[in-house]
Amino acid sequence: MINKIWAFFIGIGIVFTILMGEVNELNNTILNSASGGVKMIMDLIPVIVLWTGLMKIAEKSGLLNIISNFFRPLLKFLFPSLKKDSKALGYISSNIAANALGLGSAATPFGLKAMEEMQKENEKKDTATDAMITFLVLNTSGVTLIPTTVIALRMMYKSHNPEEIIATAIIATLCSSIAGLTLDYFRRRKRK
Amino acid sequence: MSTFSKLMIPCFVLIVIIYGLKKNVMIYDAFLEGAKEGLITAFNIFPSIIAMVFAINIFLNSHILDYVFKFLQPLLTSLNLPLQILPMAFVRPISGTASLAIMNDIFNNFGPDSFIGRLASTIQGCTDTTIYVLALYFGRVKITNTRHALTTGLFADLIGIIASFIIVSLVF
Repeated sequence: MINKIWAFFIGIGIVFTILMGEVNELNNTILNSASGGVKMIMDLIPVIVLWTGLMKIAEKSGLLNIISNFFRPLLKFLFPSLKKDSKALGYISSNIAANALGLGSAATPFGLKAMEEMQKENEKKDTATDAMITFLVLNTSGVTLIPTTVIALRMMYKSHNPEEIIATAIIATLCSSIAGLTLDYFRRRKRK
Repeated sequence: MSTFSKLMIPCFVLIVIIYGLKKNVMIYDAFLEGAKEGLITAFNIFPSIIAMVFAINIFLNSHILDYVFKFLQPLLTSLNLPLQILPMAFVRPISGTASLAIMNDIFNNFGPDSFIGRLASTIQGCTDTTIYVLALYFGRVKITNTRHALTTGLFADLIGIIASFIIVSLVF
């Protein structure tokens, strides 16, 4: 999928620029875009490193566990098909907590473990279970409380108030999560 | 609302540090350990960021979207939608890096405090790379029949984008 998108962007871009007769500009773009990428990652590295460092403290002190327990009642409601003592619930909580704090890369290992635990309870190994789909809908609709990367970029461009989008993002996230979970609920019931 | 937003990060940092001290965690060592992992993560996404910035720049600098959206303009203006947000919404589910690169471009051209800058920030914060995440997670446990996962995920993203537009229009 990424292959096709990448080829699409480069192919369309080059062909169209040549058709428009702006070959000089095209050469500049090709030669300069790599340094644009380097600049972007150099500005992002401090933020990523800072947050993974802080979250390591939260993990070791058990704060991440406390956040997980906070989500537990909600998860029991959302995942009725999982057993009460299912290990998957712990990993789902940790994944959501890490995602909520804007730590996408820290959330991924928890999410993969949650999928493995749910797969153990799956009877048809090649087919997604209800719980898996609910988890992925919840995950991809983006339960983000602090969008760290966005704030970092806004700071980079000297926004007067980089954090002002936190509140709007939370409300929009609630809308998309509720919409996704509702549709999932009805499509699950329709099948039965 | 903005005071609440502003206090969230400092309070969280403070809570992490104080709770860590209370539980006798070697907080400085823990921070260094996590920071090192973060550096490795950053290092791992380095090539994909360069690859994506490269492709996106060629695509955007060809100005093809200007032509396409100029063609669509009457429809978009009647819906009161800013033109430049569409490419970002379009690539968001596929690649976080690509949509970040477009948001970077929007900030560069319009500034982060413009309407479109705030809209882009909100959309980026409330949606995720749905297709990429599904491929990664289902791939891990070798599930081929994903049932209604993809369409439901994309539906949630669409609602998120619409909600962002309405909320940003109302708040700012």
